[in-house]
Amino acid sequence: MLSRLGGWVRPIAFVVLLLAAWQFAVSRSSTHLLPGPWETLGGVADLVRHGLLLKYITASLFRVTWGFALAAVLAIPLGLFIGWHRRAEMAFNPLIQIFRPISPLAWIPIAILWFGVGDLSSIFLIFLSCLFPLLLTAINAVQRIPSVYVNAGRNFGLSEAAVVWRVLYPAVLPQLITGLRITLGVAWIVVVAAEMIAVNSGLGFLIVDARNAGNRYDLVVAGMAIIGVIGLLLDYGMRSLEQSKSLRWDYSED
Amino acid sequence: MSALAQPRKWEQVFWPLLAGALLLLLWNYSVVWTKTKVFPSPLAVERGIAELSRKGLMWAYIGDSLRRVALGFGAAAVVGIPLGLTLGWYPRVNQIVNPVLQILRPISPIAWIPVAILLFGVGELTPVFLIFLSALFPIVLSCVSGVSNVPSIYRRAGRNFGLSAPGLLARVVFPAALPQILVGLRIALGIAWLVMVAAEMIAVDSGLGYLVIDARNSGKRYDLVVGAMLTIGLIGLALDLGFRRLRDIRSVRWGFRDES
Amino acid sequence: MLAGAVTLETKLSARNVHMTFTRDGKSTPVLNDVNLDVAKGEFLCIVGPSGCGKSTLLSAVGGFLAPTGGEIRIDGEAVRGPDPRRIFVFQERGVFPWLTVEGNIEFGLFKLPKAERATRIAHYIKMVGLVGFEKAYPAELSGGMKQRLEVARALAVKPDMLLLDEPFGALDSITRLIMRGELLRIWREERNTVIFVTHDIDEAVQLADRVAVMSGRPANIQKIVNIDIAHPRDLSSPRYLELRNGILEQLGLAHQI
Repeated sequence: MLSRLGGWVRPIAFVVLLLAAWQFAVSRSSTHLLPGPWETLGGVADLVRHGLLLKYITASLFRVTWGFALAAVLAIPLGLFIGWHRRAEMAFNPLIQIFRPISPLAWIPIAILWFGVGDLSSIFLIFLSCLFPLLLTAINAVQRIPSVYVNAGRNFGLSEAAVVWRVLYPAVLPQLITGLRITLGVAWIVVVAAEMIAVNSGLGFLIVDARNAGNRYDLVVAGMAIIGVIGLLLDYGMRSLEQSKSLRWDYSED
Repeated sequence: MSALAQPRKWEQVFWPLLAGALLLLLWNYSVVWTKTKVFPSPLAVERGIAELSRKGLMWAYIGDSLRRVALGFGAAAVVGIPLGLTLGWYPRVNQIVNPVLQILRPISPIAWIPVAILLFGVGELTPVFLIFLSALFPIVLSCVSGVSNVPSIYRRAGRNFGLSAPGLLARVVFPAALPQILVGLRIALGIAWLVMVAAEMIAVDSGLGYLVIDARNSGKRYDLVVGAMLTIGLIGLALDLGFRRLRDIRSVRWGFRDES
Repeated sequence: MLAGAVTLETKLSARNVHMTFTRDGKSTPVLNDVNLDVAKGEFLCIVGPSGCGKSTLLSAVGGFLAPTGGEIRIDGEAVRGPDPRRIFVFQERGVFPWLTVEGNIEFGLFKLPKAERATRIAHYIKMVGLVGFEKAYPAELSGGMKQRLEVARALAVKPDMLLLDEPFGALDSITRLIMRGELLRIWREERNTVIFVTHDIDEAVQLADRVAVMSGRPANIQKIVNIDIAHPRDLSSPRYLELRNGILEQLGLAHQI
């Protein structure tokens, strides 16, 4: 037990060292715009005092959850279907490959055109940013199923629908969960950008607004720090889901 | 996977063309039926881009975007590969540094913009810096992963033949990790391309990302907006495909045997 | 004709070797008081059931593991670490996939002047029978060919000793038979000292001058059997069967199924 705690000492010490170096660099610089860790903490405290911290975190999480969930609900069944039928994959893959490199931000004008300014646009952008990675994950997961599994299913006389339910679905589940975790990370990164479209709450909004309305760089960096920590927590949360026993059968190489 | 008959070769071209054609038709007719005055039809987009190419702006913008990506991505590779190899080689150092990387990684490049502007002002360096930052993490992480995944049998053989640590790193670990490093580079390039668009929307006045925002702001030229988006998509795809060709080089092809 | 070692000079001497692995506070003794002498130019096989520690012993001889007790000397010098004078041959997965056949064989030759390298590479490619595949990559070779490549790579640096750890384990049984003959042919040309670890008793009796039979964990050497049959060995000769059955009995195994 003690040795496990010991494993954390050195990384924490390193973080403390970096924070100290940051503080030192800031105190020596002539411009007093960029905040040090202490000021940043003060910024966080400021947010708490104004009751904004929880409000902003919730707003960002809300948008991420909606955009991510909508994308998952659409992309996973569609992707599984496309992966299962060769011709569908042939038809849709080039289209997906063209749309994938288009940054969600490039959709902003279209988003505003279709959904106006506000929450819906942000959710649309997050939805888009999750859609293509999840589609590709689902397609890839189906294609990686060893054909022996499918053949065994057919050998035992399963109908096509039964093969999908009893072979395909359990076989793709581990890879889907990993894909969901990675895409959730992407969504969390994009929410910052998505909130640049005239919403008035959220961590991304905080970062842009704090700078525009008064050069409050302490709030900017506070926002960045909170984003980083929450992103980390989301990732850990998803990872523990991956580790649950019923899903671990796939991780033989680990 | 489905039990239908094996598709023929001509189908590889037929189906995507069919899907693409259907999409274009759908697009065109939605524009016509909804009688929208703003959203462009496919033809309008093509005309808009042609106009921009004639003025020479299109190629200038493409060049600017590519240049920024090249600089940012290049810098990320030059810094990230040695850093990643070092962290992978010394697992104890990696244990210390990795949590910091994991916290910094989710911070969107957009969030770094105010800091970047503060440090570099409004100009060329800011987008390059943002691209550099966002490409750095996948490169470092894939190098670390590549090094730690080198089977110990190769290291043993290297030591057996009398190689010291630098020789081992250069002649065994690096070539063995190369396939995974290449995957990381390809992913980083994709991210760099995405971030380029974002960075150009904020801090510069040229490039494809700038075009997307500017076309709307100065005249609601949605034909140019969509045109720019499609160009971004096509070039991004071309970059990715080009990078995938590297897999075929024989001294790394062994690492990609599982991929189709 | 006396098989194997002509000189009685001792190449390897292992005395009171103990090996204990400790993990999470639990210690597992693997080797217990192993004593072994190997003569120069000898072909020695070590047999024992899976997991009995024969690979551990071989790794210790090669200098990849340090024994927790006792000492191992080669040519009178204590073994301190890996050394090109004693090359370890794994199952064929030890070849480097990013190098061609030539590249792999050249791998250990970095101390040799360039001109000599080409001749030596060509020589060993010929010896292991891979002529025509110089520019091929391991992914294009069969299992048996990859094994030959690994042997060629090992031999190219002209080691005194070859340490082989179940090298033919991943091959099908027909290829295994062929490879045994090849190994003997090569050994007769090079006359290195060979220590060959296997769990296949037939293989040991077919190849070795002497067979060291290990016990189960914690292991030591139960018995050393002298294989006094001249090469080429007839696999149905009474003496062969006698020696083979003797070892089976030593390991507590019946020779009837």
